[in-house]
Amino acid sequence: MTARNEESSMLLDPLPDGPTDAPRRRLPSPWHFVLLPLSLVMLTPFVWMVVTSVSTTEESRRFPPGLPHSIQWSNFVDVWTGSPFGHWLLNTAIVSVIVVISNLVLCSMAGYAFARLRFRGSNLVFILLLATLMVPFQVVLIPTLLIVKSFGLIDHLSALVVPNLVTAFGVFLMRQFFVSLPPDLEEAGRIDGASRLGVFTKILLPLMGPPLATLATLTFLDIWNDFLWPLVAIQSPQNMTMQLGLSTFQGEHLTAWPLLMAATLMSQLPVIVLFLAAQRVFVRSIASSGIK
Amino acid sequence: MWWSDSFAGWSFISPTVALIGLFGLVPLVWAFLLSFEQNDLISPGKWVGLRNYRDLVHDPQFSNAVHNTVIYTLVFVPVCVIGSLLVAAALNRRIHGITFYRVAVFIPLVTSTVATATMFNWLLDPDFGLVNAGLHKVGIANQGFFRDPREALMSIVAMTVWGWLGFGVIIYLAALQSVPADLLEAAAIDGCTRWRAFWRVEVPLLAPATLFLVIWLTINALQLFDEIFVTTKGGPVGSTTVVVYYLYEQAFEFFNGGYASAIAFALFIAILIITVIQLTIGRRLSRWETD
Repeated sequence: MTARNEESSMLLDPLPDGPTDAPRRRLPSPWHFVLLPLSLVMLTPFVWMVVTSVSTTEESRRFPPGLPHSIQWSNFVDVWTGSPFGHWLLNTAIVSVIVVISNLVLCSMAGYAFARLRFRGSNLVFILLLATLMVPFQVVLIPTLLIVKSFGLIDHLSALVVPNLVTAFGVFLMRQFFVSLPPDLEEAGRIDGASRLGVFTKILLPLMGPPLATLATLTFLDIWNDFLWPLVAIQSPQNMTMQLGLSTFQGEHLTAWPLLMAATLMSQLPVIVLFLAAQRVFVRSIASSGIK
Repeated sequence: MWWSDSFAGWSFISPTVALIGLFGLVPLVWAFLLSFEQNDLISPGKWVGLRNYRDLVHDPQFSNAVHNTVIYTLVFVPVCVIGSLLVAAALNRRIHGITFYRVAVFIPLVTSTVATATMFNWLLDPDFGLVNAGLHKVGIANQGFFRDPREALMSIVAMTVWGWLGFGVIIYLAALQSVPADLLEAAAIDGCTRWRAFWRVEVPLLAPATLFLVIWLTINALQLFDEIFVTTKGGPVGSTTVVVYYLYEQAFEFFNGGYASAIAFALFIAILIITVIQLTIGRRLSRWETD
């Protein structure tokens, strides 16, 4: 357990810069000759997406391809007016916000209870929880669909919210965090006359910034990128999330590449902007889990 | 008021217990029962015992799906692990522009599978795609990529390696930075070149990160679905039908809910067995390293 905690505290300061190549050389590092082509290869799909998204359909049907003559902003307008794109964005935002908040609340409560409170049945429940963590989603996909259907939630946004309100992974993550906190904190609060909830909200909560940020990031990425579950749970275009909407959009505009690339670009923009703004949190979060 | 541990504990975990019970444990048991039924997911199912599992063994399409999944995993995992090790080693230094290089490598990771697949559909388009244009420049004829049964699966590998590389790099960068600097200094004093020190000192110390990556990438490779759905839909001529895609077809196109559940359980058991084997071999190898 201690080894794990050391590991995660190391990750709390994510990726400090590596060893310096040599003390202040004049020449630029030869590593640029490796890293620059590599970055260009990694960025090519994005660059080409941006270029195509402002081209005309005729320009996208040339071989060999080239740069557009003028910038066609109309592609973005056409995507927005020709599909329920606004709905998809709003739906994804609603689902992500509710699921992230509920995970933050429920996972930290349960994580605290499993880490700190001694009560009958806690070990058994925790083991059952860990067991569900190993089950691939495809295994429970069909029964989950039948359960959601029996609640009458099929093709409704709640179908995307309710099964995701809490995750075993999040509970496990928060439990690991609470295990690493010194127990004296709560004792002090108790002696000072704080209630159980008071200790939790006034003493522990302020310390929970980093693990909550990690949990929020991972949950957000998970919901934003989820595809298989929305695919089977949602049918109406106006109830779709961004990824599902994008895939149906592709089905309808098979070779209208400029439109498709404009839609893809817009669908990824929120996550990419968030990533660039909070790179450290993203990297640290991903390092401490195994999400994609 | 100071609640007892019992009262506080159960009130803190009860929402979680109810939700994970309903959407984690109940479906697991239900799926297990479904795998012994003939069930179209609409009318009540019929108990057929082990028939679904027996059919699975003799289903040539399922064998094809297993074959494709195994080939995909055997290529994807090593390429991704070795690729991210080398890239992480290259990125682990303090030079100008390193933030740009890191962002370039990490961004595909936050790009959704659907968006990735859409971009690659366009890049690898046989008629107007950028990759064929590049090949054309160096005198290579246009390739079919996703539309050529001989190339489709490897095109999927290339696309998913692009998407997952950043993940491996993050894991390896974190591990590389925990390698004690004095170890490398000691190696240098002993006359070890930087190159030798990387392979003989750093790489063995990265064993736990490698083991984690191999296991995690394998689990994800065996569950490949989104990218197939958006690019090839299992084609051409079944060359990219992987296990989860076949499961999806059985459940939601042919409405064989029982058969699909049997496929899901077969996959689950296979993943468990493969993970245990990898853990055992990994532990044995690292013990051998330290001896």
